[in-house]
Parts: sequence; C-alpha cells; structure tokens
Amino acid sequence: MTTGMWFPDGAFPLGWAHYLAGGVCIGAGVALLFLCTGLIGGMSTVYSSTWSWFVRRPFFQQPSLTGSRTWRLAYAGGLVLGAAAWFVWSGQSAWVAVNIPTWQLFVGGLLVGYGARLSQGCTSGHGICGLASLSRPSLVAVLTFMATAFVTANVVWRVVGA
Amino acid sequence: MASTIIPTLTRDGAPARKASPLAVVCAAVAAGALFGFGLAWSTMIRPEVVLSFLRFRDAGLMLVMGGGVAVTMVAYQLGPRLLARPLLGGAFALRAAILDRPTVVGAAIFGIGWGLCGVCPGPAIAGLGAGSYELGWAIAGIGLGALLQGMTARK
Repeated sequence: MTTGMWFPDGAFPLGWAHYLAGGVCIGAGVALLFLCTGLIGGMSTVYSSTWSWFVRRPFFQQPSLTGSRTWRLAYAGGLVLGAAAWFVWSGQSAWVAVNIPTWQLFVGGLLVGYGARLSQGCTSGHGICGLASLSRPSLVAVLTFMATAFVTANVVWRVVGA
Repeated sequence: MASTIIPTLTRDGAPARKASPLAVVCAAVAAGALFGFGLAWSTMIRPEVVLSFLRFRDAGLMLVMGGGVAVTMVAYQLGPRLLARPLLGGAFALRAAILDRPTVVGAAIFGIGWGLCGVCPGPAIAGLGAGSYELGWAIAGIGLGALLQGMTARK
C-alpha cells in the first residue's frame, strides 16, 4: 500500500457506528461532570495537578492545581474503571495489545505532556471542552496540533515504517 | 492561554454554595467512567487506530470528536441557561481563553508527540483499564513532560 493515497479502503474500513457511539459517551461524561459540578473536564491537567502533592515549586502550588487535584485524580480513576467496564461488556478474548515501539510511546509521550501543559489543553481540553465552549483560541490550538500531527505521523510512517 | 474561572456568585447573584467534596469526587468518578467507556468503545485507546486516522486510512476519529463535541456543546450552552447552579452546588465554570504564544507553540509540540505515538493524555490512562500495560510508557512520558513544563515555566 502506498503512503500517498487517501482512504484507499473507504473512509470507515472498520465501520463507523462504534466511533460515533463512543464519541457520544465521551461527551456524556464531560457533560455529566459539568451539569453536576460546573467543572470543565479536560484530561491533561491531571498530569500537572498530581505533581502538586510532591513538588514544592510555586508553579505546582497554584490554587488551580492544588484545588482541583483530588477530583482530577478521581476523574482519571473513572477513566480506567470505564474502560474496564467496556472490556467486560464487549467480551474481549484478550487484553488490548499495543504494538507501537516503546521508544515511540515514551518520546511521543514526553512531547505530548510538555506541549499539552504549555498549551493548557489537549484533544479533550481544547478539542472537546474548548470547541464546545465555542472558544476561538481552542479552535486555533486544535487546527495547530492536527496539522503538526498529520505531518509527523506521515513522516514517521515513511522513515520508520511504524 | 486557557484557564478555568470559577465564579463565586451564581447567575441569580446568590453566593455559590459549594458542593460537598465527596459528592464532587463521586461525580468525577462517574463522569470519568463514561468518558473511559467511550474512549474504549471508540477504540481511541488503540494508538494504531489514531495513527491510521492521522495517515488518512480511517476517518473514524472525526466521528468521535464530532459526537463528543456535539453532546458537550449542548450541556455547556444550555446548562447555565436552564439551571441556576450545578446539580450538586457550586457554580458553572467558564473556560476563559486568550490566544497567546504558549497556546500555539504548546499545541504544535503536542501534535508532534501525538503524531509520533498516537496516544493522548486521556486514552493513555483509560487504556490501562483494558489491559494495555504498554501505555504505561506513554503515561511516564506525559507525566515527565508535564513536570518539565512546570519546572521551566516562568511563573
């Protein structure tokens, strides 16, 4: 298969319903948090707020981090529970395996963590919460990370083949 | 830069009665569980699926984002209009964002990392619930990246 062709097997070679249903569930989770508590639930902040228990530096002692670290960690715990519930419900026969090289996961993760915190949002913070807030800065952030992600993923594909 | 502002007065001018911390934690677990179920169902916990979107092989991620944004938008736009305060107390937060350099530079760096590994912050955590222990490497990277950002931040 050549790397230049767009959607050679159609737009949804694995079907489309599970994507839409899963997306609606994700939105329902963010909506539930907001309607119950008024909180905006992006996911990248938990990686900073959790450090606030261990790192004394003033940056990590900002009220926005120390004041939200408990519910953010609970929210992250809920993610694990929800995915485990899906695992049972969908009757998977084996753990979901990830076949991306370790160095790619780790180095990619470093950039994801640094960039998301510098930008103050990720695919859920800018993508879902920001766009749903009709936030122009979030729209710019989404278009920016989509563009660099498209370029990176395709360059890596050609160079590493993975 | 995007940040969250939590008003101390509700829309009708009354002081915001804070929700009990335990109730907030319970709501966060329930909301997170729905979120995690959705991430797993939509296969966003599999980096290979995310990368196949970024390589123009499967447009599914657009449906995930579209579905997620549509439902959230209804809640964000109608909730504060129909309810004086959130169901458990407190006040509706506003996502106040201004467009500045760190927002754009950070997003560009985030995208490079996302394009390299196909993992973003939420799915990295959720995937553990489906047994994808390899994602621990991504979580370690994201955690260290967040630490590095905080240690080098000016304020």
